Amino acid sequence: MPKSEQDLGWKDIDPGCTVNEPGNAAQYRTGDWRSIRPVWDHTRCIKCGVCYIFCPDAAIFKNAEGYFEADLYYCKGCGICAQECITGCIKMVEEAE
Amino acid sequence: MGRRVGIENSIAAAEAIMMANVDVVAAYPITPQTHIVEHLAELVADGKLDAEFIPVESEHSAMSVCCGSSAAGARTFTCTSSQGLALMNEIVFIAASLRLPIVMILANRSLSGPLSIWNDHTDVMSVRDCGWIQVFADNGQELFDHVFFAYRVAEDPAVSLPVIINIDGFIVTHVIEAIEYWSEEQVKKYLPDFKPVNRLHPDKPITMGAFGLPGIFAEAKKNQDEAIIASRPHIMKAWREMEKVVGRKYEPVETYKLEGAETAFLTMGSFSETASIAIDRLREQGKPVGQIKLRLWRPFPFDEIRAATKGIKNLIVIDRAISYGGPGGPVASEIRAALYQEKNMPRVANFLCGFAGRDVTADDFLAMYARTEELVRARKPVREEDYVFYGVRE
Repeated sequence: MPKSEQDLGWKDIDPGCTVNEPGNAAQYRTGDWRSIRPVWDHTRCIKCGVCYIFCPDAAIFKNAEGYFEADLYYCKGCGICAQECITGCIKMVEEAE
Repeated sequence: MGRRVGIENSIAAAEAIMMANVDVVAAYPITPQTHIVEHLAELVADGKLDAEFIPVESEHSAMSVCCGSSAAGARTFTCTSSQGLALMNEIVFIAASLRLPIVMILANRSLSGPLSIWNDHTDVMSVRDCGWIQVFADNGQELFDHVFFAYRVAEDPAVSLPVIINIDGFIVTHVIEAIEYWSEEQVKKYLPDFKPVNRLHPDKPITMGAFGLPGIFAEAKKNQDEAIIASRPHIMKAWREMEKVVGRKYEPVETYKLEGAETAFLTMGSFSETASIAIDRLREQGKPVGQIKLRLWRPFPFDEIRAATKGIKNLIVIDRAISYGGPGGPVASEIRAALYQEKNMPRVANFLCGFAGRDVTADDFLAMYARTEELVRARKPVREEDYVFYGVRE
């Protein structure tokens, strides 16, 4: 696993600031951008997976029970899943401390 | 000793580029351009140079192509001037931050407006802070020699930075000189094959030009600054090696008749040779005058400038560009900054002259010397004469 940028001093940076190990974009917590988050109402969810297909960040996954949920490390709270949901079972709720 | 050839300096420079065996030349083929890329196009078309010549639609594309080809591990060359450099500006900075060892000859010409095609240093000063190593060649021979120097320094794995060779447009690029060519053996001995530090290749995928978040950007800039500072010993080594191979000696700061001088001219580019003539005349009159020539513009030779100006009372700095509403000429501004904390800092008189091809003769340098003497006699504080537009009609 590549180092986090917080662990890198100026001497640790490769010439030209190249990224020589693939995959370190996975460390970037885009979930920090979120102000609203998707919540699924399982009484109305038909497990169709439209939310999973439309999520632009591939941040929605299928859990053990076959329902879909968001990986909040990456979910930016864009609301596309809620917009596209066929049954309207996804509600965007305010993030509160 | 190599073969001496009477030849136009631009054509000779193109042949040096051919002898350096470049792989890619990307350039915008019309104004502002010199015979350098015109002749390179001929050399490629005639099968004398095995390289890709890419005539792009703008200088912005020229430098973009250069970044791509250099990143792929190809020895890369481009050439431009004035508005062309202005148009490629965005990518010039990127080439340095990606540490791509591209070599560019910059035939120095004025930036518009008024619209002009003639020689001064306003173009190069617009990229002063671009992060490239920048040297000035005073004549055709120095330009020829510095093609090999530039590739050797740029591609040194401990450096891996792009290099600009500045040469005065028209005044040097379009005249015929006697140039001592290097032999193939000399080039081979001096310039090793290009082994890139970073290379885009499927065998070892890497990312170049990635997004830098606030958490890493300052570290990346510090890294880049340290890299150009650390290039100094490698620049010196490349000049020392050249002295061994072809017998010509170059220094970051060169001096002429500086022994016992109280006043010194500080010049950069082809004006240096004209100023030397004026200094000969002043010395004949018994005036204690010498000359300091600045060859290495970036990384800036602070120690050498401080050593050369030691004991000098009056320093006459010639600038061929201006920072409007600022501290006058960019060279004088750097020199003043370099000397500010020194004991007995010389009084710096800054003359702006030779804009857009206006001739500056040896007599003009004599007149600048006389004007400086007047200022000294009048004991005016330096700030009242921060800079003077020399020879401008009232």
